[in-house]
Amino acid sequence: MTRLLLALALAVCVLSPAPGHAVDPREMLEDPALEARARDLSKGLRCVVCQNQSIDDSDATLARDLRVLVRERLKAGDSDKQVIDYVVSRYGDFVLLKPPFKVSTLVLWLGPLLIVMLAIGGAFFYFRRHRAAPETPAAQPAQALSDAERARLAKLLEDDAP
Amino acid sequence: MRSRLIFIIPLALFLVLAVYFAVGLTLDLKKLPSMLEGQPVPAFDLKPIQGRDDKGFASTDLKGQVSLVNVFGSWCVACRVEHPFLMQLKKTSDVPIHAIDWREEDPAAGPAWLKRHGDPYALVGDDPRSKAAIAFGVTGAPETFLVDQQGVIRYKHVGPLNPQIWKDVLWPLIAELRKAGGG
Amino acid sequence: MTAELGHFALILALAIALVQSTLPLIGAQRDDAGWMALARPTALTQFLLVGISFGCLTHLYVTSDFSVVNVVRNSNTAMPMLYKVSGVWGNHEGSLLLWVLILAIFGAAVAAFGRNLPPALRARVLSVQAMIAVGFYLFMLFTSNPFERTFPPPMDGRDLNPLLQDPGLAFHPPMLYLGYVGFSMAFSFAIAALIEGRVDAAWARWVRPWTMAAWCFLTGGIALGSWWAYYELGWGGWWYWDPVENASFMPWLAGTALLHSASVVEKRDSLKGWTVLLAIITFSLSLLGTFLVRSGVLTSVHAFATDPTRGVFILALLIVVIGGSLALYAWRGPQLVSTGLFQPISREGALLFNNLVMATGAAAVLLGTLYPLFLDAVGGGKVSVGPPFFNAVFIPIMTPMIAAMAIGPLLNWKRGDLGAAVARLKVAFVLALGAGITAWVWHSDGPIFATLAMGLAVWLGVGTLTELAGRIRLFDAPAGAWERLRRVPRASWGMTLGHFGLAIAIAGMAGAGGWTVESIQTMKPGERVEVAGYVFTFKGAGAETGPNYKAIVGDFEVTRDGTRVTSLHAEKRTYNVGAMPTTEAAIHSSIRGDLYAVIGDPEGDEGAYVTRLYFNPLVAWMWFGTLVMIFGGALSLTDRRYRVGAPRRSRAGAVAPASA
Repeated sequence: MTRLLLALALAVCVLSPAPGHAVDPREMLEDPALEARARDLSKGLRCVVCQNQSIDDSDATLARDLRVLVRERLKAGDSDKQVIDYVVSRYGDFVLLKPPFKVSTLVLWLGPLLIVMLAIGGAFFYFRRHRAAPETPAAQPAQALSDAERARLAKLLEDDAP
Repeated sequence: MRSRLIFIIPLALFLVLAVYFAVGLTLDLKKLPSMLEGQPVPAFDLKPIQGRDDKGFASTDLKGQVSLVNVFGSWCVACRVEHPFLMQLKKTSDVPIHAIDWREEDPAAGPAWLKRHGDPYALVGDDPRSKAAIAFGVTGAPETFLVDQQGVIRYKHVGPLNPQIWKDVLWPLIAELRKAGGG
Repeated sequence: MTAELGHFALILALAIALVQSTLPLIGAQRDDAGWMALARPTALTQFLLVGISFGCLTHLYVTSDFSVVNVVRNSNTAMPMLYKVSGVWGNHEGSLLLWVLILAIFGAAVAAFGRNLPPALRARVLSVQAMIAVGFYLFMLFTSNPFERTFPPPMDGRDLNPLLQDPGLAFHPPMLYLGYVGFSMAFSFAIAALIEGRVDAAWARWVRPWTMAAWCFLTGGIALGSWWAYYELGWGGWWYWDPVENASFMPWLAGTALLHSASVVEKRDSLKGWTVLLAIITFSLSLLGTFLVRSGVLTSVHAFATDPTRGVFILALLIVVIGGSLALYAWRGPQLVSTGLFQPISREGALLFNNLVMATGAAAVLLGTLYPLFLDAVGGGKVSVGPPFFNAVFIPIMTPMIAAMAIGPLLNWKRGDLGAAVARLKVAFVLALGAGITAWVWHSDGPIFATLAMGLAVWLGVGTLTELAGRIRLFDAPAGAWERLRRVPRASWGMTLGHFGLAIAIAGMAGAGGWTVESIQTMKPGERVEVAGYVFTFKGAGAETGPNYKAIVGDFEVTRDGTRVTSLHAEKRTYNVGAMPTTEAAIHSSIRGDLYAVIGDPEGDEGAYVTRLYFNPLVAWMWFGTLVMIFGGALSLTDRRYRVGAPRRSRAGAVAPASA
């Protein structure tokens, strides 16, 4: 019994999210341009009570409320940035699906570039080293081929697969 | 001359990764740190719930004394677990506990729940559309905020309140705030 | 009784695996034929025992034995039989049992069919396989026992998660595991090679069939998962860069690189150290995926219920297996000497380029997937890394490689002529440009990446055909072309189909990713909506009852330019146990694209419902392209020259000859 209570105590109830479609016609704004902006913004905001979805995709009630909030603020005249800033001021950078470019995410954004440069550098050094190294002698010195061997060689070359 | 160093790099990278994983296992993913600790309470003005009084609950009510703001809902099982402690708190301490009744589909559900489980709250606001909840950055219920005399949020607790948290964190903080500002 | 039998079989399997992992290995070191010979019977016995254990668990599910905790949590008497069976692996413990079963199957396959492998190599490979198995058996027996009993047994179980009660998803885990675990063979071969201190063309030939088989399964498994998400989750998405999707994608990238790299080892005696490292990395990424899904360090829609003790155990397993193998690589890697040399511009150079891009792509995905964990671990706060990041980073990395894929096969080994190769691709370039311009004109309001992707797809597709045409000398000696086509080796067909299939899939991704049209509205019966030239007429909705659910069913008639295209029948189900709603979208596929209809909640009392209607262009191209790729891989597997019983070394040290 205590274990159950402990588990419950540690749990926090969340308005149960379920996968499914999300945007309801009743939420949608009449102005198509504003609605399009709202959809775009929603696609970039993370549903904080779901496992890994945007508020546009999520069925959770909190996600719906956030969608409505986005639309209300757009209708009130907020710019895209102002809407996003408001949500971030409540929930932190966690709510952005595209991580912001900040000091804390420098490694993230520059990392791939760094890896590309390392790959290019690695290839460069590989070719340099292998050109400097002397050619290792072939297994056996080449000998003249007989006619039968020549024919077989020609056939093999034709068949040679990548 | 091949540098043996290159062959050690994969192992070294992996060991760094393993350390991060080990630390990661100790972290709690669900916990979102509060953006609002140290910030003034966001502006809100909620209507009262049915059958209680007609005062409602607004951000302006949170000035002048140290108080708690508890987010609950009749649909929330963990709130039921927390509630007896809140009832006890009302008896044993003089810190006012206010509430945001969050996301009730049926306006009568919140009041019925309070009637059944007890009502420790001073002011209760009805928040059917999560307006106040979002302003507070709430992600689930129950959550409790400690607000000081100037209306600044000092602490956010996610999950049910329990005697341990009260004794170790909240009460010392309240005492400190009162010493500094009174009330 | 069955549960105890299954449990006991598992314990015995552990015992056998312990023997299999030690004695043959020592025997190989000491050149003791008797101990080396233990590898085969132990592998076969292990397979038998795990098979019995898996059979027992299946029996428990099929008979709905609710005295077993695992069955209670994941099954229900009202569930259709197919899902009772797939429920066996639709949970943490059962899926681990599937993992070790497949591990044992591959081990037994090497034991049974690897007769032409030198005994020492075979002994080492099977020993390493058994070591991995030991780790998993211990994990299961200590933290994740599927045979735990419960008393008193409840009357009925909790039901399998409704989302998993689906034919596509029933087969998704087995296919994925066949892939992940298949790469364990390449891993074992790599470890064996490091222990032996030697990698040569013969080794590359022996590794290749296993790697290719694993690759085919993994490709299929990933595609199956994507396809399932597309038709089940209700809004036509098929890839989310979810951490667990990434966990399956990274081994795929590494595995594809491995296939290409191994051919350089085989044909040119080069890139040995890199290939061995890649084999280790590919399987390591598979294991990493296992860790990510089950330990709770990442949030994902896929995550199994998490438990810290399990996380610790898997991490320990990872450290031993991956750390151990990389340590062995650090120690013995320098001994692998490559003799082949090649110019940067050459076939090998192109394959190296493929490898570098794949590795960079995999590393970028890994960085993005793990970054939230890294930042949190150092106290830098919480951050999300979602699709915008991955799309921004991954697509630019892959693009040069896809462009190069048309050129690479046209280059000669050792020293290639870039100018000549590019000159041969003039037609491909013109057609690609034409496709891009056409796409731009048709979809000028669409994203630019879709247009570029379409152009790339045509470039790759026509370029691949150009190579084939050149090989059979279609244009300069057309007389014998058909005969030459029939004589093209299967492995070459593998390459051609693999690349061509990818081109088709990329074209599909351009359409499905960039040019979808969506329409969300409330419709009353009889109302019409137009989506991308198709007219949907809502016929109304009603209620239906299924075996273990209730559903709202909506009907649509679709016409285009007046002629009837199809009827669509969409459902929204609520399952009796669990009360979770799922959508069953109605999909009509054609070459042009998919019509996709979803029925939502009722609104008002005039029979109006929320409806979501989509046109998703070229979706079927993605699935078809993937099938072509898998077919190419399978064809390559049947190539006589690459069978498991590949030629043994005829002279010590010499490269095994290609059979004519």
